[in-house]
Amino acid sequence: MAPPSKRRPGYDRKAQYGLFASYVIAIVGALVGLLLLAISIVDPTGFSALRSAGAEITRPVASNLRALVVGIGNFDEAVAAYINAGSQNAALRRQVEANRTRLIEADAIRQENSRLKRLLRLTESDTGVAAAGHLISSTSTSAARLARLDVGHAQGVQPGMPVRAPEGLVGRVIRSGPHTADVLLLIDEGNVVPVRRTSDNIPGISSGRGDGTVEIRALNTERNPFRPGDVVVTSGIGGLYRPNIPVAVVARLEGDKAIAIPLANPSRVELVVVQTPFRPVEAARESAAQAQAADTGAP
Amino acid sequence: MTRRYESRIARPRTVLHIRGTPIVSVLLGSALAPLLPIVAQTPLLPPFGLMVFLAWRVLRPEIWPLWAGVPLGLFDDVMSGQPIGSAVVLWTVILLAFDLENQRHFWRDYWHGWFIATLALAFALAGGWLIVHLAGQGGSLVQILPQLAYSIGFFPLIVRLCAALDRWRLP
Repeated sequence: MAPPSKRRPGYDRKAQYGLFASYVIAIVGALVGLLLLAISIVDPTGFSALRSAGAEITRPVASNLRALVVGIGNFDEAVAAYINAGSQNAALRRQVEANRTRLIEADAIRQENSRLKRLLRLTESDTGVAAAGHLISSTSTSAARLARLDVGHAQGVQPGMPVRAPEGLVGRVIRSGPHTADVLLLIDEGNVVPVRRTSDNIPGISSGRGDGTVEIRALNTERNPFRPGDVVVTSGIGGLYRPNIPVAVVARLEGDKAIAIPLANPSRVELVVVQTPFRPVEAARESAAQAQAADTGAP
Repeated sequence: MTRRYESRIARPRTVLHIRGTPIVSVLLGSALAPLLPIVAQTPLLPPFGLMVFLAWRVLRPEIWPLWAGVPLGLFDDVMSGQPIGSAVVLWTVILLAFDLENQRHFWRDYWHGWFIATLALAFALAGGWLIVHLAGQGGSLVQILPQLAYSIGFFPLIVRLCAALDRWRLP
């Protein structure tokens, strides 16, 4: 098949000028695009008005569809639960017996813990919850791993706030519109979280790999201290993320880093909580107390 | 018999209907990602906006003015979550490359259309990955390969869809 010949205007002056103008507009457009690109790479929170307009338009459809999909997912789980109800019932009963004693022990430990914290004056007064919402959609065609929340700065969500689910850390807010916000997920390369191993407090850094897993590097050891099955939680170092939010469980080792699977699977979590950025006031207070002690001790 | 053909030729069509259908179909393709309630852990969906855009270009080479990638790409950027300007540049470069290619290769057929669309999709996805990578986000390049594979595989279906829309839009 031969193409139509509108691109070869022949002797028609007007058509020639029109064709030339379309080239000029296209090339100028591409250059303006490059400029926009440079601006948005330097400042990822830029063009937020434009983006949040798009987000607000698509929000009603996405959040309604999300409710539908979650309902369907639960339905299939409910059916599966009925099918093996008998054996599951027996297993669950044994588990409840075992858990009851542990619960009582945990209660005692919690009481002791709060008493010791009071002694150390470390009691946290606020849980830092800014808002609660749902993840309604994501950038599923793009290489960036962003998810969209159905709460925005009308509900108190600001860029930089950490987002967590009951299961663990989800990510942090990078843009917020009136009723929507974009969350940079934990599994994105751009999200770096200071963590520690729960068993012995070995500090590390978690960063995303963009494929649903995170990599964890130990901060100050030559060889890789992690083993498969290790659980890491946020350490609270450097602020932003509150300490002790579950992050990931190590799946395998690769050289000096550990590949871990996030505990909160962003495609399964239902309700997420946006927290205020953590500021380690205790640390500040402690250093102030030390400085005071040094001052009084010096003369 | 007359009734059967009456409904298919010389139907009343407004200019908005004829010119607007391709544009609206591209916009809907771009808006599909934020509308679907999927929280993806890897690039999961093919870039529908770009695929519809390319399908129209393959079906009807005269349909997009050379600067069409600027407004349509801007909308795609707002919807897709890529850094703003990414699709503006990539789509315009693709249109210019198609234009150049049309001047070099006169004869076109089905396989030729699929082949150049494959090159365009590979360029757009790799370019999109590079831009996201420069912005310090995303992941490794390997993760866009599955997305690229089924974008290429789905492309003839999108062309069929656009051909059906084309029959519906023209008088």
